[in-house]
Amino acid sequence: MSYLEYSVRRVPSGPAKILHLNWALIVLILAVCGFGVVMLWSVAGGRFDVWADAQLTRIGAGFVVMIAFAMVPIWFWRNVAGLAYGVALVLLVAVEVAGAIGMGAQRWIDLGVIRLQPSELMKVALVMLLAAYYDWLSPARVSRPFWVALPIVLILLPTALVLGQPDLGTALLILAGGVAVMLAAGVHLAYFGVALAGGAGAVSAVFLSRGTGWQLLKDYQYRRIDTFLDPASDPLGAGYHISQAQIALGSGGWGGRGLMQGTQNRLNFLPEKHTDFIFTTLAEEFGFVGAVSLLVLYALIVAVCLRIAMASLDRFSALVVIGIAVTFFLYFAVNMAMVMGLAPVVGVPLPLVSYGGSAMLVLMAAFGIVQSAHVHRPRQKARP
Amino acid sequence: MRRPVPDTGASLARIGRRALLIGGLQAGVVGVLGWRLYDMQGRRSGEFRLMAEENRISIRLIPPVRGLIHDRNNVLIAGNEQNYRIVITREDAGDMEAALARLGSIIALDPDDVERTLRESRRRGAFVPIIVTDRLSWDEVTAVGINAPALPGISAEVGQSRIYPLGPDFVHVVGYVGPVSERDLERYPDPDPVLQIPKFQIGKIGVERWREDALRGRAGSRRVEVNAAGRIMRELDRRDGQPGDDLRLSIEAGLQNFVQERLAGESAAAVVMDVTNGDLLAVGSAPSFDPNLFVRGISSADYDALLGDEFRPLANKAVQGLYPPGSTYKMITALAALEAGAITPETGVYCPGHLDASGRRFHCWKGAGHGQVALAKAISESCDVYFYDVAQRVGIEAIAAMAERFGLGERHDLPMSAVAAGLNPTRSWKREQRGQDWMIGDTINASIGQGYVLSSPLQLAVMTTRLATGRKVVPRLVVAAGGREIAPAPAPSLGLSEGHLRAIRASMSDATNTREGTAWAARVVDPALRIAGKTGTSQVRNITAAERARGVTRNEDLPRNRRDHALYVAFAPVEAPRVAVSVVVEHGGGGAGVAAPIARDIVLRALTGDLPPLSAYPENQRGRIEADIEALRTRLRPPAAASPTAPGGGDRA
Repeated sequence: MSYLEYSVRRVPSGPAKILHLNWALIVLILAVCGFGVVMLWSVAGGRFDVWADAQLTRIGAGFVVMIAFAMVPIWFWRNVAGLAYGVALVLLVAVEVAGAIGMGAQRWIDLGVIRLQPSELMKVALVMLLAAYYDWLSPARVSRPFWVALPIVLILLPTALVLGQPDLGTALLILAGGVAVMLAAGVHLAYFGVALAGGAGAVSAVFLSRGTGWQLLKDYQYRRIDTFLDPASDPLGAGYHISQAQIALGSGGWGGRGLMQGTQNRLNFLPEKHTDFIFTTLAEEFGFVGAVSLLVLYALIVAVCLRIAMASLDRFSALVVIGIAVTFFLYFAVNMAMVMGLAPVVGVPLPLVSYGGSAMLVLMAAFGIVQSAHVHRPRQKARP
Repeated sequence: MRRPVPDTGASLARIGRRALLIGGLQAGVVGVLGWRLYDMQGRRSGEFRLMAEENRISIRLIPPVRGLIHDRNNVLIAGNEQNYRIVITREDAGDMEAALARLGSIIALDPDDVERTLRESRRRGAFVPIIVTDRLSWDEVTAVGINAPALPGISAEVGQSRIYPLGPDFVHVVGYVGPVSERDLERYPDPDPVLQIPKFQIGKIGVERWREDALRGRAGSRRVEVNAAGRIMRELDRRDGQPGDDLRLSIEAGLQNFVQERLAGESAAAVVMDVTNGDLLAVGSAPSFDPNLFVRGISSADYDALLGDEFRPLANKAVQGLYPPGSTYKMITALAALEAGAITPETGVYCPGHLDASGRRFHCWKGAGHGQVALAKAISESCDVYFYDVAQRVGIEAIAAMAERFGLGERHDLPMSAVAAGLNPTRSWKREQRGQDWMIGDTINASIGQGYVLSSPLQLAVMTTRLATGRKVVPRLVVAAGGREIAPAPAPSLGLSEGHLRAIRASMSDATNTREGTAWAARVVDPALRIAGKTGTSQVRNITAAERARGVTRNEDLPRNRRDHALYVAFAPVEAPRVAVSVVVEHGGGGAGVAAPIARDIVLRALTGDLPPLSAYPENQRGRIEADIEALRTRLRPPAAASPTAPGGGDRA
């Protein structure tokens, strides 16, 4: 496109921005949140005041944050990306230090109204920083080794910190979100091939070293892997939760057992049923129809985001939206795979559905940035 | 801001392509997730649904009500009583110690129970009711009930517990129940799950044990929904169990009580049998003990006292006690010889007071000898030498075979514990068991029921019954189970010559009813109630030649455990026998002096259904007997009313 073409477009401003919000995305997000509220009401045994009302408050607050972020020009977000990353990194170090000096292992900072998990913040901050990096970087240099190494360092730094908390699930999400931005930015696929091969080699090394003098993981970590691979091997121990989750999920059948009729939910056989394992209750009570509906809603959210990214007219917008979309995707994919027994239990909540403040607010803020990218895309001037 | 970036167009196109690649990968993952959902919820849903049901539903057993045991007239022997107990539930009680202290101010609590309850409450879930104490009186239960508002989490429950209203009378026959032990569980290859119920009681000995299957009944069950912690959320359905079968025994409770009281003070056993059908009317063994002690949990001091008692109260001497039958065996020896044709009733033997055989001298109990003796006199006066002689003529094998036809050496099939087989020695037995050859002296000893011969009082009663009837009458104890009458076993003829049997019976009558008879003193004068019997005095020691030379030491002068066993077998009335009885008094002394009078009282009680009538006794004995019977009357249980109870009714004595 030529400069001339560009000049005839303008970015919406003022109250007109409201009209340019992506309403499909908002409806989809609110639909998923609605699922969450119903499920939290159900897992509390039909009581609204246990989790559901607090969740509603958070959805409301998150919604306000989303709209507010959407109103802020996308280039502002690009400009504060470095700052956000820096703050998140400092906070990560702070909780690490607080844990080390005897306050116990903590992953969050108490801000009074909300307990903020720096690792949640980092997921978005890292995506923003990398998007800004590739926005700044000349496209010609994207695949040069030095310019590839730099973002890798930016990714590994927070990943290592979160891994040390230890929070394997979030660390994987941060890593994958960062890698996704690099992939989207056009880094040569050979790098990813090498990384994949290296990862596979590392995994085999972990397994092959088991039982030898130089084994890479602790015994209990190997046992966790065993339990993941075959939950029935330890039905009363660690495998119990996985087995019970799968029983709940499977027993839902096509149409589900009805709201609050899921015996696995009602009789407390499910672990963490309002947080990480909430999908099992949904699947038990709403069946295949309900579970696939949620899956489709999630997939549509990701699709809408990718469409926004592809329509973007600047690299930062496109990359930050892709990064957020991938992060969101990884959230629900890992959570669902975990409760279905396709992935190890790593402690990832179901986005927008699980009970919890930090994740909800950070996700809403991230969608606010997506909306901002959408709103602040230059548009053809309306014909007079 | 550096906008626009020179090659924005190209780089955006690349980003778009990569976005499509990422979208494609994501679509693949979503496809896998969807397929997995379809696999688990669509294809394999049934399998998971079943597992969810297994999780959810727990089957709890309802213990069956144990069958009752009655005597032949429906007098309750073993019943079930309501057992009130106090249970506490921690989650409702809150502070357990305070709650128990409050409870302790209302009813008396054993500190041990309090301690155990606190210990258990820490171990079990908060919602599990724990038994604080049981066997409460009704007053205590109502006291707890009235104070219920002040005792949150504490409630009274009712359960069933076994009770034996007739106390010690029936313990040797009926036995008792107790909590299931590990050994009990090993006894059954596939234990009924009901046995796992805490405090469930099963039969330990006697009828309670050997008719356990009938008495126990079948457990009911209720399907309950439980949550992950095992707490019952609601009852889904309930299938009532089947109460155990009630049993009716052949025993007559009044007679049994009489027998036990008559034997009191001795270490003795007595068996009374209905000769017409084999019904055991009384199976007495003294001393006895109260089975209720065992049901409630006997103290170790009480148990040690029972174990240490030299009269062995724990043993049922009537069926598991084995004694040399002594002279009561002589009818067998005589019949063996008669049937073999070795002698006739008239065959005479001269008794000089001893018989020499293979270099040894065998003595008659009467040192001076009986002179010329034939069958009638040999039995009525119990001449030993006659049988020494006759036994040698017929041989031990024929005697043992005859004994077997009379049920000696046979383990009678009765639901009682440790029913003993006894022993009729033969040549092959001695070779196999002792590794020795049979000696002529062995035959001579066996001919008078000494030596290796061992019989139980039950076997002697069966023998007497068969002598009185000439039929193979089989003893039975249970006459009805679950409301169905059990027909007596057929009693085919023994195939013995009626003439021989009549001669034996006549000689037994002579033994009691003629002045020369050994049991003359224990005769009955009422012609309708006259007894035919045979005394036995079995030695438990060898009398050496030296002792015999200076005069055999009298029983009274010996330590108790060296004294002779006193035995007596009898049937009555003589002309038309109705009952047979055997009495063994361990180390009692002479059969005539000790066992026969007991047997006479028991026979009279059995025939008249009441205290023995004074008119039945010889006139010169009546003064003494009257006092004895009066003394006995005060000890007897007043006649109990028959209890027409519905099965499973919680009878209370």
